[in-house]
Amino acid sequence: MIRRQFLLGAAATVAFAVTHPAFAADTIKVGLVLPMSGPFSQYGQQMQNGIKLFMKEHGDTVAGKKIELVIKDDGGIAPDRARRAVQDLIVRDKVDILAGFTFTASALAAAPMAKEAEKAMIVMNASSSGITEASPYMIRIGQTLPQITEPAGRYAGEQGFKTIYTVVADITAGHDAEAAFIRGLKSTGGEVAGSLRVPAQNPDFAPFVQRIKDAKPNAVFAWLPPGEAAINFIKEFNQRGLAAEGIVMLGTGDLTDELTITQTGDAGLGVVTTGHYSMAHKSAKNEAFVKAYLADYPNEKWPNFLSVSAYDGMAVLYHGLEKTKGDASGPVITEALKGEKIESPRGPIEIDAKNRDIVQTIYVRKVEKVDGRFANVEFHEFPESRDSAAAK
Amino acid sequence: MTSNIIGILFDGLAYGSLLFLVGVGLSITMGLMNFINLAHGAFAMAGGYVSVYLGQKLGMSFLLTLPFAFLGSALLGLVAERLLFQRLYKATHLDQVLFTVGFVFSSIAAAHYFFGASQQMSAMPDFLQGQTRVAGVDLGKYRLLLIAVVAALTVALHLTLSKTRFGAQVRAAVDNQDAAAGLGINVGLIFSLCFALGTGLAGLGGALGIEVLGLDPGFPLKYMVYFLLVVVVGGAGTIRGPLIAAMILGIFDVAGKYYVPEAGAFIIYVLMIVLLLAFPSGLGGKRA
Repeated sequence: MIRRQFLLGAAATVAFAVTHPAFAADTIKVGLVLPMSGPFSQYGQQMQNGIKLFMKEHGDTVAGKKIELVIKDDGGIAPDRARRAVQDLIVRDKVDILAGFTFTASALAAAPMAKEAEKAMIVMNASSSGITEASPYMIRIGQTLPQITEPAGRYAGEQGFKTIYTVVADITAGHDAEAAFIRGLKSTGGEVAGSLRVPAQNPDFAPFVQRIKDAKPNAVFAWLPPGEAAINFIKEFNQRGLAAEGIVMLGTGDLTDELTITQTGDAGLGVVTTGHYSMAHKSAKNEAFVKAYLADYPNEKWPNFLSVSAYDGMAVLYHGLEKTKGDASGPVITEALKGEKIESPRGPIEIDAKNRDIVQTIYVRKVEKVDGRFANVEFHEFPESRDSAAAK
Repeated sequence: MTSNIIGILFDGLAYGSLLFLVGVGLSITMGLMNFINLAHGAFAMAGGYVSVYLGQKLGMSFLLTLPFAFLGSALLGLVAERLLFQRLYKATHLDQVLFTVGFVFSSIAAAHYFFGASQQMSAMPDFLQGQTRVAGVDLGKYRLLLIAVVAALTVALHLTLSKTRFGAQVRAAVDNQDAAAGLGINVGLIFSLCFALGTGLAGLGGALGIEVLGLDPGFPLKYMVYFLLVVVVGGAGTIRGPLIAAMILGIFDVAGKYYVPEAGAFIIYVLMIVLLLAFPSGLGGKRA
């Protein structure tokens, strides 16, 4: 009897789904590809928190349509899993818009399918240069590595450091960072005295740091993968007394991310980095954002660039849907969003009308202790920074 | 220039000490017991988390947490050995590899569940921070601690295995299980204690290594190569072999990265190949 009722119910559900396709038209499904498990699950968590926070503040209805999220886990830097997730999202879940994409590998794996299916893709973090070329419906809201790195070079040049060394991880991102830094430095007439490439997986930075110490430069620019590499490098730099000898450490926000800034601890004080978001950014919008975030997620790590980019990604999506009056098709919403400007917790951001890439202010910050917690305190800015590698 | 070389040698010795600390436990479980234990890193990670937990939640000083890291991992090892590992002593090496790799993945998931994906930090006391100047050479204080611990540990392990009744029983059980059992030695118990000793040492290494290696759920996989390197080059089943191997690898790795940074990442592996060609059964040789 129970069994029969169940079957009846199931049949009714199927019949309903088949005969009422119009049911779906009042909702817009957003498929999110995020690393919710594995070594980068914190990243996925940060982004999901940002998305949920935006929807809590702005409601789940826009232009008369209900926004429904479908979250898929790509488990980190795993293009094959991202591809499968996107295929599932498009074919089975029939999502209208794709979003998320923490890593370039995931975004590039998804792009051909998004292009084929004409789905807009809101890239919230993947940061290799020029990836928006992979699909005409891709919009980037996060950052690009050259965009945040080049200003570090320009800043170093403006400071008039006589000798500057670069230390980067020997992987593609490291090479890109090295090139962008040198490009920025050269634009101000400066030059690097030496470049060091170190293994990305490197338990002990002692020999490299000692080498720098013996070379006695005025400043060192470092790009290392966030996590134990960045933490260890800064600690070793401090332990060997380089900071005490007046050698300035420069880097991108990856070195002093809000997720690791406490682990680095006092050793990180005084490190100068360039980045697009600091939790300590001074604006009413950011203060409200941070407060709301910490209220909702008191047990999680502090909001960092990932939660802000995800929050902004949703803001852009809502703006786009308002403009198109709820039309979520890729070509329409992409067109509507070209040149869009919004006020983000990080400051003003713009979607470049030409290449759909992010344009934003890049801040120069220094690690300081503010009210007992470590913070990237902004003290200089480079407004309207673009992806300097793609521009050339 | 000479102070330069001495500094590099010192850093190399300290790095070698770290390699030895994380690897020596494996020499015991893998070498003495002939058990392919790829789960070694899981126990090292457990020791690290014990140290971090006691330091952060109970405010214990870092040095005080070290014995607990050893005991915690040893206890965990003992339980795991009784429940799981001992069932595979007689299994083929492939089965042991499959099982221990599975154990690693389970431990990663467990660490993730309890502690989250983030990097943990150990609260180094102030007196272990920075460098101290000895005869014109700057020596890292934390690195001095590593070297001192290794020196003490080597002596203690050597004495335990060669001078005590327990050591004699271990050697007997390893050489010929049946004969040892026939003489009334409780081989099962000896193996359990051996396993606990190996995992305890792993835990100690994990806790001492946090400052340099970091600690997150990916630990057991990330550093597996290094544990194996020390034991394979050193020759499993001895204390002397892995010690010499760790020091050679440490010094050459540091010197290589300092003098020829372009080749820095490969030196340790090239050295492994050369040493294994010259000493196929490891520097410590095979136990008879």
